[in-house]
Amino acid sequence: MKNFHINTTVNGDEAEFICEPDETLLDVLRNRLGMTGSKEGCGTGDCGACSVILNDRLVCSCLVLAAEAEGGKVDTIEGMADGDKLHPLQKVFIEKAALQCGVCTPGILVAAKALLEKNPDPSETEIRYWLAGNLCRCTGYDKIIKAVQDAAAEMRSA
Amino acid sequence: MAFDENVKTEFKVIGQRVSRPDGIDKVTGKALYGADLSAPGMLIGRVLRSPHAHARIKKIDTSASEAMKGVKAVVVNSDLAEPEDDFFRDVKDNCLARDKALYDGHAVAAVAATSRSIARAAIRAIKVEYEELPSVTDVDEAMKPDAPVVQEGRADETVPAGSGPNVTTYLEFGHGDLEAGFAKADKIIERSFKTAATHQGYIEPHACLASMGADGRGDLWCCTQGQYNVRTICAEVCGIEATQLRVTASEIGGGFGGKTTCFIEPVALALSRKSGKPVKIVMSREEVFRATGPTVSSSSDVKVGMTKDGRITAASAKLRYQGGAFPCGTVEFGAQSAFAAYDLEAVRSYGWNTLTNRPKEAAYRAPGAPMAIYAVESVVDELCQELGLDPLDVRLKNAAKKGTLASYGPTFNDIGLVATLEAAKAHPHYAAPLGENQGRGLSCGFWFNFGGNTCVSLNVNHDGTVGVVEGNPDIGGSRASISMMAAEELDIPYEKVRTVITDTNSLGFNDVTDGSRVTFAVGLATIEAARAAKREMCKRAAQIWGIDAEAVVWEDGAAKPSGPNAGDHPPMTLAEIAADMDSTGGPIAGHHEVNADGAGVSFGVHLVDTEVDPETGATKILRYTVFQDAGKAIHPDYVEGQMQGGAVQGIGWALNEEYIYGEDGRLQNPMFLDYRVPVASDLPAIDTVILEIPNPGHPYGVRGVGETSIVPPLAAISNAVSRAADVRMSELPMSPPRVLKAMSER
Repeated sequence: MKNFHINTTVNGDEAEFICEPDETLLDVLRNRLGMTGSKEGCGTGDCGACSVILNDRLVCSCLVLAAEAEGGKVDTIEGMADGDKLHPLQKVFIEKAALQCGVCTPGILVAAKALLEKNPDPSETEIRYWLAGNLCRCTGYDKIIKAVQDAAAEMRSA
Repeated sequence: MAFDENVKTEFKVIGQRVSRPDGIDKVTGKALYGADLSAPGMLIGRVLRSPHAHARIKKIDTSASEAMKGVKAVVVNSDLAEPEDDFFRDVKDNCLARDKALYDGHAVAAVAATSRSIARAAIRAIKVEYEELPSVTDVDEAMKPDAPVVQEGRADETVPAGSGPNVTTYLEFGHGDLEAGFAKADKIIERSFKTAATHQGYIEPHACLASMGADGRGDLWCCTQGQYNVRTICAEVCGIEATQLRVTASEIGGGFGGKTTCFIEPVALALSRKSGKPVKIVMSREEVFRATGPTVSSSSDVKVGMTKDGRITAASAKLRYQGGAFPCGTVEFGAQSAFAAYDLEAVRSYGWNTLTNRPKEAAYRAPGAPMAIYAVESVVDELCQELGLDPLDVRLKNAAKKGTLASYGPTFNDIGLVATLEAAKAHPHYAAPLGENQGRGLSCGFWFNFGGNTCVSLNVNHDGTVGVVEGNPDIGGSRASISMMAAEELDIPYEKVRTVITDTNSLGFNDVTDGSRVTFAVGLATIEAARAAKREMCKRAAQIWGIDAEAVVWEDGAAKPSGPNAGDHPPMTLAEIAADMDSTGGPIAGHHEVNADGAGVSFGVHLVDTEVDPETGATKILRYTVFQDAGKAIHPDYVEGQMQGGAVQGIGWALNEEYIYGEDGRLQNPMFLDYRVPVASDLPAIDTVILEIPNPGHPYGVRGVGETSIVPPLAAISNAVSRAADVRMSELPMSPPRVLKAMSER
């Protein structure tokens, strides 16, 4: 099988890679670009641990072929903090103990950020439905939902 | 060990909600989990799995696979060592099937290749000749005398003659005169129950990176709840000396008991040894479902007799568990925990384990207890309903307390069940009004908790900071709680302590992160290590001051002279003593090694309101409150997190989750789309009430909190649904079709 040569932008930086035709964006991020922050929990788009923003849209990177990123823009968990300054969501997740094992956390943070960009003042129900595609097996979601609410309030008052 | 007579009750650091030390790495994507590490020259390993539920392996031809370009090694069962012990041989035969594939998904062979796509093709090129055999997956079917035989000769000495061929264990215990007890009852209810097998459902699939040289030395990186246990298993299964295999635990993406054994690690080591290169294996989600540990499925009969004023006069439980294709002892935990919440004069538990053509059971949070307590608490609730009694009053009337002889033998010390029940009774949730099609349920829960082998080092650094070295993977914030206990004991700020989890060659043996043992046992060892360091620091201060070490005490984070002849010296802080340590005798460290005893048992009570849709049979959780005795909550956020997380896993178990097998014995739902764990939109807030009845076996009163919380939800929700739908439910999960059917038959 002939490989593809792809040019794309990841977290604002140019990124160039070679991939097999059936490789997913998640495979490439993790195995070719060394960005292992996005996790593979299922490979079938059911768990959301691989959530990234592709061309300003929240996607499961396990369901996107790497070749589709040609000429596009990818934002991952590695690009969420501004240098050593955490995004309010990241900061509040630590303060409010919204993670236990932490493996779902990158996907949840990416998804929650996408929500707050669309809707800066979501209701609890809106948060619960928006994050319904992100499985967390440790927390029972309670502290995650509260952390998103707190971060949203903090961002609104900033 | 002796109980600490002076359990500490005044704290500076303990009870605060500090930030966890691994937080930043985990919110920025930097934390390294099992699949996140790579090595130069690494090969990709892949496992070939049986498509059959039960089949004799007549021949495995790997020649075509081995001849492929890029394929560097192929291994089968005979490439592993031959452990003498049954336990290790079963792990080996589960990692790679011996002469029969025992369940759909059972590993048969594995390859290592230079790329993922070559590894995939190489797996397809392996030719396996199978002779299909009849299979059995249901627990009751498997116990019948004419059931297909999963493995010959696995019954132990406890199994009575005449039992079915798949029964591997039988047990029976209790006390009092059952017959006389039931004769005193005004009402007796006996019911049969079934629960489906559920999976731990950790979001991180099993993953490892193995490097093994021809010299017999190896390094292994993997996601596990216990690196020492991985070392022990791999050493036996691969024939390696323990010291030659260094195992490092990655960050772990959930375990819940499911990562307390090995599935791929020995295979990766064998592939690495054969190829001479590092080998990485990462399971797919489908492999996780088909081949790693779900919990047991169960079938049970419970009989309870009660007087009309709510006193239980006698109770018995017959529990039948299947733990997959290899013997498992989980039914013992079920039988022991079934009646733990009750002070009973006459009680008896019976248990059977049977083999089936399913994956080998692995521990899942309070293994064995949820399904047993589900059955008992359902019958108690039905008796309350029939006799018109308040279910909390009845639990209080019969509650186990200090001095109660538990059905499984021990007499309880200080336990928090009564306080927990009283807290539930006093909570506004219990008195809140209910609407149409709504019902309230409750259940008690129990777990034994465990202490176990633990080894901790605490090192004082020149700049006055402290490093704690421990050996138990952190599955829910334990590095924070361990650092907090060190800071509390040394009386220094939390920020001055850093706790790391080390590899198998850098610290003495530690048991697995299981049994809710880490905050209890590692905490205890950390406190003792800190006390040892304090003694040494007092000695150093005494040396500087030229007085007896006995005349120095540790207060407010500093050594101080004490007593009539100590003289007048200004206190020396930890930082001051540390800065001088080179000239007072060298490095200062504290150690503690213990096989910790005294883990206090833990009780919880869950209260839940449900609404059942009469049109669809779907259940909605409206309100949920968890009451649990934590002994002492070191970090309340993470204690609440354990209570909430366990409750939600129990909600999934009660309402949705199940292993569904076809007639052909194949698993029909090995993915998260069809094996549906609770998502955020299914749930309300999970409220928590932490009770603190100190455990006398821990210097700060800690009890394990991780497991009890998954025990009550099954019965609590079943009782709530039974009341909401006005029909007694007796099978899990209570999926909409099952509830609708029960409602149509009422």
